Amino acid sequence: MDDRKPSAATPEGPCEQTEWLVAVRDRRDKAAFARLYDYFVPRLKGMLMRSGMPGAAAEDVVQDVMLTIWRKAHLYDENRARASAWIYRIARNRQIDVIRRRPRPVPDEMVAEAETRDTPQADALIGLEQEAAQLREALETLPQAQREIIERAYVGELTQAEIREATGLALGTIKSRIRLALEKLRHELRDLREE
Amino acid sequence: MKEISHHLPDWLIRSYATGSLGHAFSLVVAAHVSQCDDCRARLEAEELAGGLVLETLDTVAPSDDLRARIFDGLDADPSPEPAKPQRTGIYPGAVVEAMGGPEPRWRSLGGGIRQAILSEDGEGSARLLYIPPGMAVPDHGHNGLELTLVLQGSFSDETGRFGVGDVEVATDDLDHTPVAGMEDVCICLAATDAPLRFKSLLPRMLQPIFRI
Ligand SMILES: [Zn+2]
Repeated sequence: MDDRKPSAATPEGPCEQTEWLVAVRDRRDKAAFARLYDYFVPRLKGMLMRSGMPGAAAEDVVQDVMLTIWRKAHLYDENRARASAWIYRIARNRQIDVIRRRPRPVPDEMVAEAETRDTPQADALIGLEQEAAQLREALETLPQAQREIIERAYVGELTQAEIREATGLALGTIKSRIRLALEKLRHELRDLREE
Repeated sequence: MKEISHHLPDWLIRSYATGSLGHAFSLVVAAHVSQCDDCRARLEAEELAGGLVLETLDTVAPSDDLRARIFDGLDADPSPEPAKPQRTGIYPGAVVEAMGGPEPRWRSLGGGIRQAILSEDGEGSARLLYIPPGMAVPDHGHNGLELTLVLQGSFSDETGRFGVGDVEVATDDLDHTPVAGMEDVCICLAATDAPLRFKSLLPRMLQPIFRI
């Protein structure tokens, strides 16, 4: 065995990117937004260019994504999504709107407004981070070829048929954790309606 | 939430999350996830994985002016965005958006069956089907993949019963005859990546005209 150790799990709370996003949501914190910019913009640009967009077009999408993060931060729920997951979705939505020149079909939102949200659920946050750390570890220990396939799938380089062929990641425990957060939210939304 | 027993396969959810799914199938995924917390959790798990991959990607430096472009935009009044259509009756928001209005524009196919085309492009087509109680959808095979999501009523075929929220995934090898349940008109959202081959009801030469 090598001495590889679990990477950046933070047993005391969410990762720093999630903390920055929460600061943007709760306090309209521009310093935190600048940190999100420094961290995500070069990665988003890299991802969009790898999935086939020229640099200038990728930057236009990145600009829209960053402004959406600022304007829609009140919809962010850290109990369900890490910052990178929420931003990944926003980037995909925007990229596909642009490429297909029509709105991407998206699921109906399931959110409680910030004022009524019961936040944060410490156990949910830590749980999500632990799951992410384990998944990161699993990815890092995969044989190079498999890891590359998975990276290419999430970057957007694989077709639907190729994804169907490729073996997926085991996401069962992560799913169960998010499912619990959704159930809790369903209850809150129901209580809200009955008030 | 109603009890849903037929869900989306993993690879479809993953293809949606990564953006590699065409418009018609994306519509079915979005519509199913809108009413299925289980598949919503699976989609969000895929997005967690997507976010992790994003974190580990090689970076590409942005141009010098991008930062200013974005920060200048923070205090500007956003140009008003059209609000995403809301769920209307049995139709999830994404379907309402694709219908371009609150009600489908039904066209008769004969025998009481109606359809409303929602989208059609090189990758596939999506439409709503309206099937009176007890009526069979004409026997048909597929050239590719067909997804059928029930929005109202139910249908049954050789593979089982499908109620509201259930999605049937039919591949080329399935030659099936769905029959609408007796309890209500069955309304479903159907998407294919190839034209259907109807064996009866309409001669094949009419297919292009009716866009089936
Ligand atoms: Zn489902």
